[in-house]
Amino acid sequence: MIADLGLGALAITLVVSIYGTVAAIYGGLKSKAEWIESARLAMLLTFPLISISALSLIYLLVNGHYEFEFVTRVTSNSMPTYLKVTALWGAQAGSLVFWSWLMSAFASAVTLRKWDRDREFLPWVIVVSLVTLMFFVSLILFFENPFARIWRMPDGQFIAALFQPAGGVLASLRDGQGLNPFLRHPGMTLHPPTLYLGFVAFVIPYAFAIAALITGRTDDRWIRITRRWTLIAWLFLSLGLIIGGRWAYDVLGWGGYWGWDPVEISAFMPWLTGTAFLHSVMIQEKRGLLKHWNMVLIILTYSLVIFGTFLTRSGVLSSVHAFAASAIGPLFFGFIVLTFVGSLYLLLRRWDDLKSEGTMTSLLSREALFLLNNLLFMGILVVCFWGVIFPLVSELVTNQKVTVGPPFYERATAPLFAGLLLLMGIAPLSAWRHSTAKTLGRAIWKPTILAALVGIGAPLALGIRSWAALLGFFLVALVAFVTLYEFWRGMMARRRTQGEALPVALANMIARNRRRYGGYIIHLGVVLMAIGIIGMEMFQKETQGTVPAGGSISFEGYKITYQSLSSFDTPDGRNVTRAVVNVEKNGKNVGELYPRRDFFFESQQPVTIPGVRSTWEDDLYIILVDWLPISSQGATFKVFVNPLVNWLWLGGFVFILGTLVAAWPDNEPELATARKRRRAAAPAEA
Amino acid sequence: MEQTLAVDHQSAGKMKFLIGGLLIVAAIVYLIVSSTHANAQYFLTVDEIYSKGAEVQNRDLRISGAVIGDSIQFDPQTLNLTFTIANIPGDNKEIEAQGGLAKVLHDAVVDQNNRTLTVIYNGPKPDLLRDEAQAILTGKVGNDGIFHADELLLKCPTKYEEALPDQAE
Repeated sequence: MIADLGLGALAITLVVSIYGTVAAIYGGLKSKAEWIESARLAMLLTFPLISISALSLIYLLVNGHYEFEFVTRVTSNSMPTYLKVTALWGAQAGSLVFWSWLMSAFASAVTLRKWDRDREFLPWVIVVSLVTLMFFVSLILFFENPFARIWRMPDGQFIAALFQPAGGVLASLRDGQGLNPFLRHPGMTLHPPTLYLGFVAFVIPYAFAIAALITGRTDDRWIRITRRWTLIAWLFLSLGLIIGGRWAYDVLGWGGYWGWDPVEISAFMPWLTGTAFLHSVMIQEKRGLLKHWNMVLIILTYSLVIFGTFLTRSGVLSSVHAFAASAIGPLFFGFIVLTFVGSLYLLLRRWDDLKSEGTMTSLLSREALFLLNNLLFMGILVVCFWGVIFPLVSELVTNQKVTVGPPFYERATAPLFAGLLLLMGIAPLSAWRHSTAKTLGRAIWKPTILAALVGIGAPLALGIRSWAALLGFFLVALVAFVTLYEFWRGMMARRRTQGEALPVALANMIARNRRRYGGYIIHLGVVLMAIGIIGMEMFQKETQGTVPAGGSISFEGYKITYQSLSSFDTPDGRNVTRAVVNVEKNGKNVGELYPRRDFFFESQQPVTIPGVRSTWEDDLYIILVDWLPISSQGATFKVFVNPLVNWLWLGGFVFILGTLVAAWPDNEPELATARKRRRAAAPAEA
Repeated sequence: MEQTLAVDHQSAGKMKFLIGGLLIVAAIVYLIVSSTHANAQYFLTVDEIYSKGAEVQNRDLRISGAVIGDSIQFDPQTLNLTFTIANIPGDNKEIEAQGGLAKVLHDAVVDQNNRTLTVIYNGPKPDLLRDEAQAILTGKVGNDGIFHADELLLKCPTKYEEALPDQAE
């Protein structure tokens, strides 16, 4: 009954989306306001409809309706309720429902904004949003339906089908297989939703871009309207990536946070184009340049979002070298190609309307450095894309599958990331329009010397000799000093002109220019993250050893003493083997760690949970590898010392904080930016 | 006169950006090409390793095969892990045509005539290493004909179809 409701709501959503699209196109072309209004209401309706569908699916999951194939696959009786809810995104069919649900939420929210000044965009924003939604809802209905039941056929076979097949009897199952143990972690309750929120939110700026191309209203209005949407999309995407890294660190037990896996990369690629977009729209707003480029970036981001949704859930790439394993693969590719080519066609049609309002003259001007930043982001994107498609290309060309692994990505992207850090240090000091080596040099020599002292001198004194690490620390220190100096300069100026105390000056300064200072806070977050990444990539140490009870492993100043091992069953279907180890650092007792191995009965799968002691200096990360029979009490441990990795998580926190500052609503955001532009247009303004 | 001067100045400015941009694009292309060259791994099946023989010895390879459960040996003292993998097709379409990954892995392990390859790895035993798992390995074939893996990646297909008959009423 509930399932029929959910399925029915989904089917009605498809009909409503088709109607809304047609009505919007007709209303838009003939300028008929009542048709557009009708389309708007149709779009508003999609959210409650998909909510019914998603909530019914959650109902089935929570109440153990195992006659549904999807429910059987991702839940089991022993799972706690919150995991049964999050099982919604535990496999592809449910993920698509979840994606559509979020998409409809954003689409409905956008219909509720004040459209007074932007009426002409409305029908085309509706068309883009609804076509996207339509695509996903059709996939769910016709290819990956979570409401399919399991039927027992007369010949004893089981098949999954939406409607009763001839002779089939509904299979009644008492328990499901349960969610993949790796996904049973608090990080997994947050990682997919945040990533998906980031993905779907990027559809909105894209929709406005397309609306601008169709209507020919190609000034920067669409950018101003979608500024906050873009920042919110970017916020969630960043958050999703960071939480994903944390989850990998906590659960996967290989002592790392990022493995350059194609699925990770596919979530990273829209982030790259999105970040480039966030930077380059500023040039369009301030100088009226790069209009074509911004269109290209938002179109690319949209295509990569669809591509990423497809890859992260379809399992297509988990076979490492093949693309079209799933039935919906070709459909996704078809949709991506269609929307991409269609968008490019619209862009070419408006090419001449998007002429720049000026030219770039100075290689060291702020806008030129922003352009360089864009080039580097695109460079990283190309590296990622090349790495993902290389097996296909090589097979086509040489008939031989050749893959590239993490060393490829690390080697090819490291100089580009270093270049981005350098730019982050220089760009805030350069002026719009015109900057020379002399003016820039005058601004930068002090922070450079300071950065050299702190970033190179201090690590040298600590005995670090790797030139790459020294370069990394230097760049990190440079960005930190330049950014902090920018804050300091702004605060001092306010104190001088307004007579404010420094903390008040800081608060007012940030409040008056949230995007700029939010951006700088994000840069500081990147600095902290870079410290963690340099520590992990260049100074991670590992060892392993087997010790009897009471024996110990000494490593990097730590003394790890194996004390005892216990094994017990838990009510939620696990057998836990848990070791107790005592940790001493430099002769001082610092506590106990409990590395363990959980064996999940339903899926017959063990999951290794490390014991971690985190400090600002380093993480001690201990994995229980194996143990001898309880009688002899020996156990094998793998030990990682991960220097500075905590700074990565702190940096992630600062990063998100900065994005929130930048995205926080102003009273009248569009007017505020217009004012700023007028001021920035005055040549004297830096 | 003045106007042409201004135009010249402008095109010189454009040139500057063009050259700078090209230099950066060239650097990125160089990074990609050289990194690809340095890190390319040939993806082979077990059968292909045998048919190519000495040609692929001591080269960076990535192979995929079905884990034979009885062959798994792990010494927790030294963390030496040895197991044998059986040949499975490298092409996904072929796997689908033969009835899906789970069936292909099962058949590969059961079939006695299937080509097999011994793998040595040093490190913790991965959680997913078990009978009929798909192993994706990175490493080299040594002169001893054994595959020395640097990296293990394991995948177990969902087997809900098999679990069903036991509990269906």
